[in-house]
Amino acid sequence: MANVNTFRESTRAWLEANCPPSMRQPIVDFEDRCWGGAKWKFVSEDQRRWLDVMAERGWTAPDWPSEYGGGGLSKEESKILREELYRIDARTPLFSMGLFMIGPAILKYGSEALKRQHIPDIVKGKIWWCQGYSEPNFGSDLAGLQARCEDKDDHYIINGQKVWTSYADRADWMFCLVRTDPDVVKHAGISLVLFDMNTPGVSTKPIKLISGKSPFCETFLDDVRVEKNQLVGELNKGWKLASYLLTHEREMIGNMGQAAASAKTLHQHATDVVGLENGVLNDSALRTDIARWEIDSKAYELTAERIRDETQAGQGTGATSSMLKYTGTEINKRRHELMLGIYGQQALGWEGDMFAGGTMASQWLRTKGNSIEGGTSEIQLNIISKRILGLGATG
Amino acid sequence: MALVLNEEQQMLKESARGFLQEHAPLAQLRRLRDERDAIGYSAESWAQMVELGWAGILVPEAYGGLDFGHVGMGQIMEENGRTLTASPLFATAILGVSALVLGGSDEQKKTLLPAIVEGSLTLALAVDEGPKHKPAQVTMTASKGGAESNNLKLNGAKQFVADGHVADKLIVSARTSMRSSAHSSTHSSAAPDDNDGISVFLVDRDAEGVTVERVMMADSRNSAMVTFDNVVVPQGAMLGQAGKGLALIEGLTDIGNAHLAAELLGISLEVFERTVQYMQERKQFGVLIGSYQGLQHRAAHLFSEIELTKSVVIKALQALDEKLLDKKTLDENSDAASLLCSMAKAKASEVAALATNESVQLHGGIGMTDEYDMGFYMKRARVAEHMLGDQRFHQRRFAALSGY
Ligand SMILES: Cc1cc2nc3c(=O)[nH]c(=O)nc-3n(C[C@H](O)[C@H](O)[C@H](O)COP(=O)(O)OP(=O)(O)OC[C@H]3O[C@@H](n4cnc5c(N)ncnc54)[C@H](O)[C@@H]3O)c2cc1C
Repeated sequence: MANVNTFRESTRAWLEANCPPSMRQPIVDFEDRCWGGAKWKFVSEDQRRWLDVMAERGWTAPDWPSEYGGGGLSKEESKILREELYRIDARTPLFSMGLFMIGPAILKYGSEALKRQHIPDIVKGKIWWCQGYSEPNFGSDLAGLQARCEDKDDHYIINGQKVWTSYADRADWMFCLVRTDPDVVKHAGISLVLFDMNTPGVSTKPIKLISGKSPFCETFLDDVRVEKNQLVGELNKGWKLASYLLTHEREMIGNMGQAAASAKTLHQHATDVVGLENGVLNDSALRTDIARWEIDSKAYELTAERIRDETQAGQGTGATSSMLKYTGTEINKRRHELMLGIYGQQALGWEGDMFAGGTMASQWLRTKGNSIEGGTSEIQLNIISKRILGLGATG
Repeated sequence: MALVLNEEQQMLKESARGFLQEHAPLAQLRRLRDERDAIGYSAESWAQMVELGWAGILVPEAYGGLDFGHVGMGQIMEENGRTLTASPLFATAILGVSALVLGGSDEQKKTLLPAIVEGSLTLALAVDEGPKHKPAQVTMTASKGGAESNNLKLNGAKQFVADGHVADKLIVSARTSMRSSAHSSTHSSAAPDDNDGISVFLVDRDAEGVTVERVMMADSRNSAMVTFDNVVVPQGAMLGQAGKGLALIEGLTDIGNAHLAAELLGISLEVFERTVQYMQERKQFGVLIGSYQGLQHRAAHLFSEIELTKSVVIKALQALDEKLLDKKTLDENSDAASLLCSMAKAKASEVAALATNESVQLHGGIGMTDEYDMGFYMKRARVAEHMLGDQRFHQRRFAALSGY
């Protein structure tokens, strides 16, 4: 316990000295959260510095091996770092699909050369990665995907179309699921490859969402040349990797609703807008709804914590990422419905300074995608039924 | 603290499960009900639980107990939710012991706690005066028993007292001082929901003037209506400080609710597991009903809700243990633990209601039969929910403690 306490103390002191005050403010705009990448425009010098000092120590990826630039921290130490960051409301220095998705997959399945090529850049936030999975005809039924990847002896050629590719127009590289063998049952002919978005033949077209934003694209792949050393893991074994990646993605999405320690709670919003009478919220129906939501939200946080603790103690049932994704996203959707309940039509304003450019409405609408991206809620319930409860399949 | 059981707690849970499943299964409660047993629980099973040390789990070592803590006791309660064993465990070993630990004088602890540990004393908590838990709503009075006497006289009635007809002593709340209420439009001079002026007393059940009427509840467990007619109690029968009884009761009900939440979690787990198993056995239209997605999703949703419940229950139990370690006095009653206990009770109640409702529905007609066990769980889940405050009560309390 002694060294754990020392670690906490030294971490606290270091963060105190190195986390700029502006990086302890709540995240408001998309750009407040640093996604990194070659084209990233830092919102401030502080944002750049915060990324640099954290990446320097590998603390953007605290538990990755230090030989590839990661922090090399134990689970226990990572948890302490997380708690200390939370304690001071520090913004995450880097938020990326590199960290949450492709990085862990390369570390687990990639060749030594791939690790050396990509992992340090992911830790430093130099590359913005996008995820090329979904296709127009294959969303939930992802294993049916058709983007064709042919072997041309010393390289591959890819032809096909991806859709809903988040930030494809801003990204530097794509990790992409492709069909390498069309003649076997669908799961058995899939591979995972990496390529630069500047490769000739890659083009993107933004899709506008109900939230008014255009974070994702159609991605067209026409005779795209990919080097053979950019295959992750074995040929035709990509489905295993995809499933592994999806587990990480679910955890990330499930956690999206988690707010900073000092962020205004739902009941504080309600108190400001609706008011209290004798210490009690002036709308008893709303009060109950908020209490129920806050209880569920806290229960979700504690469950994520409990499952981490169980994994660390070698207990637990496993296969829980679907449960966390399902509950976390549904709870986050409820939060934004309640924000409408609290703010009324003010929350539905769409344009102009009076409505901060429609931020609240846009955020509310964006959460509707949480229970779709990374596998829909229905698909998570299917997975729980089959893998955890052992109930029979009907497709 | 990590949200997992340590090795000793895990062992206690397993031994509790072994004992309850083998020696005090649901069939025992069914038999007690069918035979209209006079005490309503198996004295033999209770003696065995005492033997196992369960009566002393929350009792400090100085008074002969195991001082094993709330997380440990909560595991027994969770397992008890699976077997629905009727016993004085909750009323005596949890509420009774906690009343003495939180409010008792050293003298009271010395004489009473060892008696509980060895199984020779049972208690019951008599605080509610109506069908809903309203701890501050006390009309029962404790008034001076005469000019020359130090005794007090209790008058009033308590309702829905778990184990009330069998316990040796009752823990009773009554008003010792009356704030005269000028605004009150009724002719009563006391404000019955005034928070000050409530005191708590230990009263022998067979004291003169105490009348106990056993009532049969849906869950086939013990409850009673108790009236007090000029019951004389000495000053020494007071538990805790005069006028500070409400804080004591709040502390006690936090503890009671965390443990009821653990029991409700056990109920949810049991009916859920049985229902999933039934979905893997029962065929209709030539296929297992568990192959229907409409049912799978209901089961998977319930699974997720139970996972959420597990986390709030263990957190509340841990908070109670930490609070004890902090040696916080009742006056600085830590809101954090209260908040977690209300959260646990609200969530566990809501989920147990869902679980028991779904389990009957997914069993079809057989789920409605008395012969099948499902109904027992549904009935117990509702009684346990309403004891010491239902889900709505705890949602409101959660909001109030959070400052809205
Ligand atoms: C905000 C957002 C960001 C995204 N980002 C990316 C990205 O970066 N990269 C990427 O590759 N993809 C991305 N996606 C795509 C996402 O993964 C798919 O939309 C998702 O997997 C669902 O596929 P679909 O849209 O084809 O819907 P469909 O699969 O057609 O589903 C339609 C409906 O049918 C239900 N359904 C389908 N199959 C079943 C079944 N077996 N049982 C029960 N119900 C079923 C679904 O739950 C849904 O309600 C993103 C999506 C969103 C909303």
